[in-house]
Amino acid sequence: MGDAHNTVTPRDWTAHPPLIHPDYKSTVRRGPTKPLIPIGHSLSELTGPVYGHDALAPLDNDLTKNGAKNGEALGERIVVTGRVLDDLGRPQPNALVEIWQANAAGRYIHENDRHDAPLDPNFFGGGRTVTDAEGRYRFYTIKPGAYPWPNHANAWRPNHIHLSLFGPTFASRLVTQMYFPGDPLLALDPIFLGTPEAARDRLVSTFSLDVTEEGFALGYVFDIVLRGPRETPTEAGR
Amino acid sequence: MSAPKQTPSQTVGPYFAYGLTARQYNYPHTSIADGSMAGEDVEGERIRVEGRVLDGDGMPIPDAMIEIWQADSQGRFAHPADPRNSNAGFTGFGRFGTGTDPKNRFIFDTIKPGSVTSGEAPNLNVIVFMRGLLTHVYTRIYFADEDAANAVDPVLSSVPEDRRGTLVAARHGNTYRLDIRMQGDDETVFFDV
Repeated sequence: MGDAHNTVTPRDWTAHPPLIHPDYKSTVRRGPTKPLIPIGHSLSELTGPVYGHDALAPLDNDLTKNGAKNGEALGERIVVTGRVLDDLGRPQPNALVEIWQANAAGRYIHENDRHDAPLDPNFFGGGRTVTDAEGRYRFYTIKPGAYPWPNHANAWRPNHIHLSLFGPTFASRLVTQMYFPGDPLLALDPIFLGTPEAARDRLVSTFSLDVTEEGFALGYVFDIVLRGPRETPTEAGR
Repeated sequence: MSAPKQTPSQTVGPYFAYGLTARQYNYPHTSIADGSMAGEDVEGERIRVEGRVLDGDGMPIPDAMIEIWQADSQGRFAHPADPRNSNAGFTGFGRFGTGTDPKNRFIFDTIKPGSVTSGEAPNLNVIVFMRGLLTHVYTRIYFADEDAANAVDPVLSSVPEDRRGTLVAARHGNTYRLDIRMQGDDETVFFDV
């Protein structure tokens, strides 16, 4: 006793984008400029909100159905599945995964989205699930379309799904985006390219024929790695 | 197998509202949390915590999302790592987007937290997300009427004295107000948690 304390693995700044990345113009006046001040981990950082399967409604993980009004959602049906792990390789059960995305035409249902592409009356674009005992999650949805944005001339976001995750602690929190393999827009996207080069592949899902459901939906696999709790030797004088 | 590496963060973007804060923004979808954090059965002093998120030009940001994680009135977290059994019905988690208030404020109706351990001042743990922020940042909100506790709090004490005020919310009746400044001379202190 007394020679170790609980902590969470540090944020890996070789993985995460910098707070200011000038090619993504909005970061220039929004990203903090002063160095972050490091703090040790106490109970405040080692705990976090707990959501279980009772937080879910039956269609929350099926975006092909949870917005249906009078028919089927339009577009290419896909399965998105994967495991949530921590960076020590341990599966993360009971992790809340929330997603939101554009429809097949590249239009968000958000009232501020002015892109001149059609809304789909049978597609909402938001959902959530909780990982199972092995850390697995699974969504059914529609492949989102690309859409233009005002960052620079003729700028288009690659196809992507937004994901929000709670791991076991407040320090494990992650909001990210999942991209699709082979998308030519990735090489042009300042948000994707804001990520350190060695880490970019971790944002791109892989196509899987095993996950693909015959006659129904293409399958994509996207594993997600969060910061995890660990025991750290206590330094003298801590 | 070598240990897997962390998945990079990406911006929450401009369109999180219907996915993460649907109830607050009146989209037809449920929400796991919003700005109303304490139901009637929760013990503690009712407070409101509000403020704006300001960009480098001092303009309020209308598409930021603030998350709060806090202890209950006795300083206990509703989490298995805290064995002290937080009071029923209080999750300690709130989430609010700055796009619905006419002044683009975040507004949390909650209870004032207690000290988690003796020596720590009561505070709210805060995460800031927004379009234009590729990786979320952490900060804290302390309370101006807790001078004695704030003076010895280990986290506040680790902040240069001339910047501590950026973390302390002023009290007006039952409302605490604090703006979060992303940049500028009085840039809010953000932590590497």
